[in-house]
Amino acid sequence: MAMGPQRTPDTGQQGPGDDPLPEQMEDLPGPVLYYNELVLDHFTRPRNVGELPPAETDGFGVVGDPTCGDQLKLWISVRGGRIARIRFKSFGCPGAIATSSMLTELAQGRSLDEARRITDDDVIEALGGIPERKRHCSLLGVRGLHAALSDWEARRASEGTRTDR
Amino acid sequence: MIYLDHNATTPLDPRVLEAMLPYLREAWGNPSSPYRFGQQARAAVERARSRVAECLGCRADEVLFTGSGTEADNLALRGVLRARRARGRHVVTSAIEHPAVLRTCAALEADGCRIDYVPVGRDGVVDLATVEGMLGPDTVLLSVMHANNETGVLQPITELAALARSRGVLLHVDAVQTAGKLPGRLADLGADLVSLSAHKLHGPKGVGALYVRKGTPLDPLITGGEHERGLRAGTENVAGIVGLAEALALACAAAESEAIRQAELRDRLERDLLAAIPGARVNGAAAPRVPNTTNLAFPGVDGESVVVALDLRGICCSTGSACSTGDPEPSHVLLAMGLDPRDAQSSVRLSLGRETRDEDIATVLHALVEVVGQLRAVSSL
Repeated sequence: MAMGPQRTPDTGQQGPGDDPLPEQMEDLPGPVLYYNELVLDHFTRPRNVGELPPAETDGFGVVGDPTCGDQLKLWISVRGGRIARIRFKSFGCPGAIATSSMLTELAQGRSLDEARRITDDDVIEALGGIPERKRHCSLLGVRGLHAALSDWEARRASEGTRTDR
Repeated sequence: MIYLDHNATTPLDPRVLEAMLPYLREAWGNPSSPYRFGQQARAAVERARSRVAECLGCRADEVLFTGSGTEADNLALRGVLRARRARGRHVVTSAIEHPAVLRTCAALEADGCRIDYVPVGRDGVVDLATVEGMLGPDTVLLSVMHANNETGVLQPITELAALARSRGVLLHVDAVQTAGKLPGRLADLGADLVSLSAHKLHGPKGVGALYVRKGTPLDPLITGGEHERGLRAGTENVAGIVGLAEALALACAAAESEAIRQAELRDRLERDLLAAIPGARVNGAAAPRVPNTTNLAFPGVDGESVVVALDLRGICCSTGSACSTGDPEPSHVLLAMGLDPRDAQSSVRLSLGRETRDEDIATVLHALVEVVGQLRAVSSL
């Protein structure tokens, strides 16, 4: 992904480039504002986006302040004690969308206990890191999954009628 | 790359670079040295001062060179407050100022000054009557920006200047976003102090200027030699100062035609976006604005997500001031205008410039429609 301002031959002035990403950024030391390739991939092509229909939803979680800031909604269906299907929708920055997407990949197919043990650090590590100032965005995914798992437990405890949301 | 973030910074005009190079290559003497080689650099600095003064409509000895627009703001606020300590320690400013002013006011407050922040209406404009009510016998300084960096909304500076004068209060205007963008001379606004920055008008980074009306009390922040009439010590950034003067002269010469051209492109972009993206709104549309700036809310999608998605398509824009990028808090400017926090979080700033072309507008329109559509498909709102 080469970009970086290219040189226009006539003026020697830094001019527009065509490629999307400044390559020199990858060598920047310390926390930077920008995201790595894998994060951008999960941001531009998020996995497991969407909703599960009520009839297929065994657990649902919504996290984030109702009036401001990022928000995440997450749906799971459970088969044989494992997360069979997982879907999410998110309002937030690229970090929030990418970490939610990666979380769904990590959780898919896991037993419920395994899913509960996924941490923010697991998600960030799987993404190859996110900018230091964006770490707070990753909290939403794991919290959303925990909310959905708790919802599943509550439904099971009350021998859940499938009234979702 | 299509660069629509000119309120953050601008490309250096090749003519400005040409004007600067001799003072980096050959005429590198110290302007304070008495021999001819030093005085060659002195002459360049003073010629630059005269050119800046001509563009601003003031005398050459009313122009001080600084290291940035932020430093000019700091010098104006702290310098006046120090010089006028005996008279009072009250400052009135607006809630939508750039952090260069707002955080300086916060620091002054910690030092025992009293600061009042004038709110703005939904249109983003300060209310004159509210300002008037805040001015008291101990008010020393009123500081209001000419145009807001995030929305481009213009403030009623001429009226504020008349008000300040009638109450014996000094007026500082941060004109970083209007210098070289609007026809007319900044000293004619009637302010006592005006800040500007070279890199916002196709000049180099690291140099700014402060207009100080003759007789305005001002203490230095940086002490040392007698540079800048003892008000800003430090060997002059000769090439930078020459660059600032050249850039300002070029910008002022083109201001009238560019204002018309960029306003036409900006207005077309807004019209087409509002028609193509349901729910989109222009923040500050009801007020007069600088011609190059538009701030748009796309409810349901996060502004930073729009910025990054556009970046991946080779388009540079911003969520607000470059200083606040990476900050999870929504824009203090948009919140002050009464926007719902989620709408503020959903806002993006596009700022056009001299090298923005007609065809760029169609490209950006197409990209934005696609990006907002894609992000809305992911959105939980």
